Amino acid sequence: MDSILFIVFAGIAVLCGLNLVLQKHPISSALSLVGVMGSLAVLYLLLGGEFIAMAQLIVYAGAIMVLFVFVIMLLNAGTEPVSKRRLWVTYGGVPLMAAGIGIGAYVLQRSFPSTESVKLGAFQGGGAYEIGKKLFETYVLPFEITSVLILVAIIGAIVLASKEVN
Amino acid sequence: MNFLILSLIKAAVVAFVLMTTLAYLQWIERKVIAHIQLRVGPRRVGPHGLLQPLADVIKLLTKEDMLPSHVNKPFYFLAPFIAVFFALIAISVIPFGTEITIGPVKTAMQLTDLNIGVLFILGLSGMGVYGVALAGWASNNKYALLGGLRSSAQMISYELPMAMAIAAPLLMLNTLSFRQLVDAQGGYFFGFIPRWTVFQGPFPQVVSFILFMIAAFAETNRVPFDLPEAENELVAGFHTEYSSMKFASFFMAEYANMVTVSCVATLLFLGGWQPPFPEQYGAKFVPSLIFALGALLCFYHGFNPARPFDKITLPVVGVVFLGVAAAFVAPVISTILMPLFWFAAKVGIILFLYIWVRATLPRFRYDQLMRFAWTFMFPVAVVNLFVTGLLVALS
Amino acid sequence: MPQLPIPASPPIAWYLILSVILFALGVAGFLFRRNIITVFMSIELMLNAVNLSFVTFSYKLRQVDGHIFSFFVMVVAAAEAAVGLAIILTVFKNRQTLEIDEVSSLKN
Repeated sequence: MDSILFIVFAGIAVLCGLNLVLQKHPISSALSLVGVMGSLAVLYLLLGGEFIAMAQLIVYAGAIMVLFVFVIMLLNAGTEPVSKRRLWVTYGGVPLMAAGIGIGAYVLQRSFPSTESVKLGAFQGGGAYEIGKKLFETYVLPFEITSVLILVAIIGAIVLASKEVN
Repeated sequence: MNFLILSLIKAAVVAFVLMTTLAYLQWIERKVIAHIQLRVGPRRVGPHGLLQPLADVIKLLTKEDMLPSHVNKPFYFLAPFIAVFFALIAISVIPFGTEITIGPVKTAMQLTDLNIGVLFILGLSGMGVYGVALAGWASNNKYALLGGLRSSAQMISYELPMAMAIAAPLLMLNTLSFRQLVDAQGGYFFGFIPRWTVFQGPFPQVVSFILFMIAAFAETNRVPFDLPEAENELVAGFHTEYSSMKFASFFMAEYANMVTVSCVATLLFLGGWQPPFPEQYGAKFVPSLIFALGALLCFYHGFNPARPFDKITLPVVGVVFLGVAAAFVAPVISTILMPLFWFAAKVGIILFLYIWVRATLPRFRYDQLMRFAWTFMFPVAVVNLFVTGLLVALS
Repeated sequence: MPQLPIPASPPIAWYLILSVILFALGVAGFLFRRNIITVFMSIELMLNAVNLSFVTFSYKLRQVDGHIFSFFVMVVAAAEAAVGLAIILTVFKNRQTLEIDEVSSLKN
């Protein structure tokens, strides 16, 4: 059962990822990315990360990607033209990528024995309570620093976006 | 396997009740607005227009499904599906009542109780934006695009104060599961003030409740925040190019969102199915009393009919009401029906508020809407959250 | 029910391999695409792939720290998206193009 769920959602994630790279229109790519994020959220649930799955849905799929879609619609971005590439990029890119993935998969398969598998509910420490406790005890300084980072980003975005072009 | 069958039955019941509610919500809305505006509303199809929702469904199903030639087809078809999917799936974590026992089966009146139910609802409401934004974009029409853009900006802006308004009561109740939220609001102060979060110490969440309701109106694109479909400036906004069943999907999504938001407000702030005053003051007899009064009213108007047809219809409705009133005092059924009644009553009051506001208030201008979100709602929500946190930490 | 040729629950390596595939797709999109927004989205895809491996390792080690890291990655990604999209808006205002090859005034 866990395997079937994994295969279905991993399949959706990979297909959406491929679609992101292959589609010519930015809005198709954006929606594919939303698909990747949604299926990753389900995989996080399988891995026992309830809170992080919902954070993925709310922050990534619900906020960041809406921002992307909003900007694409605002700029009315069209399909991108086919660009000239060097010959070896056209014919060598995909095999190289496949070889890279293959090597990575081989190394991972060898270094993690297949006896250890992911069972739903085997790891219960991913709830909101545990995350909150860890976040505000061990990681309280990084947490504060990221909040400053966000403040800087907000100010930066406002300054950039409101600058008048002469 | 037992679990599977039970879940299927519950899902079927919840889906049926939800769909019926959505259909009749629209009838109620038309009736209430009509009476506020001194009209009578729909009354051609069936007695008092009671079959109007059925007629509407048949009309929408059989209407010609127009496909404009200039649309972006895949996204044009995807958009209503996304909207209605994320609107309907939210009901799965909403609890309607306490645990009940029917024969050998003991089950909760809820499809599933997630540990993170509140976050789940927030995530779904964030995903719902895509339906509207995509519909506007894929229609390839400037009015639709403007509607879609407005709605995505509006929903992003109002999601922030809404999430903060939700966070404040969560600080006091210390859980993210809806069932535990309601359980934590049981009991009474001084024997008669309910421990709902709007009344609960150390800081009664009245401000959060008001903020949440305002943000909820904006999130569901209802008057006075229905800028995405402002018909006197944008034709019909994001669903200008949609017809028949695809239009009905957007319509259904809007009403399903209304129901979900009302349920969440009830569960978070108004104590879910906890009665507003204790058992010993007669909370058990309130529903029977209400339905009996309704029956009496029906009989009175039935025997002094204003219209000839009322002579038959009103007494029949009155008999039905009397039956319901009897069910609420019957020993076994009443324990199941009581929580459902209080929950439905609170949700119904909030839904009535929606309709009332729609009939009363004019629409905001777009810059007013945005300024309101960022310069009023957001600071108030931050201060409210801060004060709540401080008082919870001190007590 | 016939025995399926797959294990009942997926090995940890499968999750990590999925992460590798998604990361490689992100790199490919980053290198091959010409639209600034799509390039930016490819970066988000890579961040997501890394998040998946963080959460997987968190499961393997039975510690919640990996979740915290991916939470931080999300926060940083949100900040990055805000600033990045503001930059894209400014570039578009100045040059009326989203082609990444045409925004090359520093070259030559």
